[in-house]
This record gives sequence, C-alpha cells and structure tokens, in this order.
Amino acid sequence: MEIMSISIDSMFVHKMWNDKELSKMVKGGIPFPMLSDAGGRVGKVFGIYDEDAGVENRGRFIIDPDGVIQGYEVLTPPVGRNVNETFRQVQAFQLVRKTKGAEATPSGWRPGKKTLKPGVDLVGNVWEDWSTDLAFD
Amino acid sequence: MAEEIKPGCARPTGGPVGETEQTDLAATQNVHKEEVSMIQVGKQAPDFTAPGYLGNKFINMKLSDYLGKWVLLCFYPGDFTFV
Repeated sequence: MEIMSISIDSMFVHKMWNDKELSKMVKGGIPFPMLSDAGGRVGKVFGIYDEDAGVENRGRFIIDPDGVIQGYEVLTPPVGRNVNETFRQVQAFQLVRKTKGAEATPSGWRPGKKTLKPGVDLVGNVWEDWSTDLAFD
Repeated sequence: MAEEIKPGCARPTGGPVGETEQTDLAATQNVHKEEVSMIQVGKQAPDFTAPGYLGNKFINMKLSDYLGKWVLLCFYPGDFTFV
C-alpha cells in the first residue's frame, strides 16, 4: 500500500516540518511522499478544501489498484484520525477484492474474524451465521 | 514512479489532470464556475499531479502512476499544526 499525505503547504515547508519536528517523532523521517497542493485545487476536486479557512480538511481516501475510491472519511481539523480503523478498512477491501466479492466483511470485522459469503442460502439466515457481539472488539 | 525535481525560486504546484484553465473571457463576463465535487465511492478517483518532499528530495508525482497499488491519500490542514 502506498501512503501519501497532502496539504496546501509548499514542499519547502514539508521539508522543514519533516526535518525539524517529525523526524524527532519518526525515526528516519516521514517514509512516504508529503505532497503540496498550494491553492487547494486538488482538495477542491476531492471535495475537502475549505474555501473560507483556506485549508484542507482531514480527508482520507482509500483508492484501489484500479484507481477507484473504495472509501473515504472527512474530519474537521481539531480531531485526529484512527489509523487502526483505516488499516482495518484497507484489509477488509483487500479481502473482498481477493475473493472477487465471494466474501463480505460484516460490521466489526477485523482479520481473523468471520466473513460472510453472500448467496441465496444466506438470505434470511445471517442470524445463524453471525451475532451482534461480533460487531464489537 | 515519482520523478525528482530541482527546486527553483518559484513555488511549484500541481493540480487536477485534464482540468482546463478558466478563460479570460469567462472571467471578464463574471461567469461563476461552480466547483462540483466528483467524489463518489465506487467511482474513479480524480487524477492529479503534485510536487512533494520524500527522503531529502523534491519530487513530482501523478496519482495514476500508482495504478496497480492500493493508495491511502490523506489530506490535512497544515504543517506545524497540532493534531
């Protein structure tokens, strides 16, 4: 999986932030591209650019190998994301893709938990295969 | 995948691929170009190019160069902010 971050800051500011602060938190510095969207033109087409504030909201997009957006999440600036949840979603989408849709991941699924196999026999019978406590960790 | 670029005095920027610049005529006629978000799950992500920083190098990348891989694209408000 390729990770990339993007904000309205220039690549020069990205360098300073990485070198002066982030490299003190992440050994060796940020291992993925820190992209620059000065003017917010990319953010606008992704629908996450805040014109009034002149910054981009915390939009996170999962894009599959065909370039299709499988999921996104957008938060306003003061609340940070849950990285585990993002990775869980990516793992779920990867499983669905690998099984060509033969398996689906019910609420609360994480690797190792039971998947569902959509089909004519499952109609009306999910209750036999799955219980609501599986929705929680 | 991402090509290295030499930093100059100009602050480089990228943008959506295939987006045409608004013409002067449209600007003078005060035509308001509505920005419509094209984002929808299950639909193609808009392609774009962007300059960036990686491993002590300045680079230029294009989203469509990453076809064949899973991509996690994360927007955030700004460098040196707190969250």
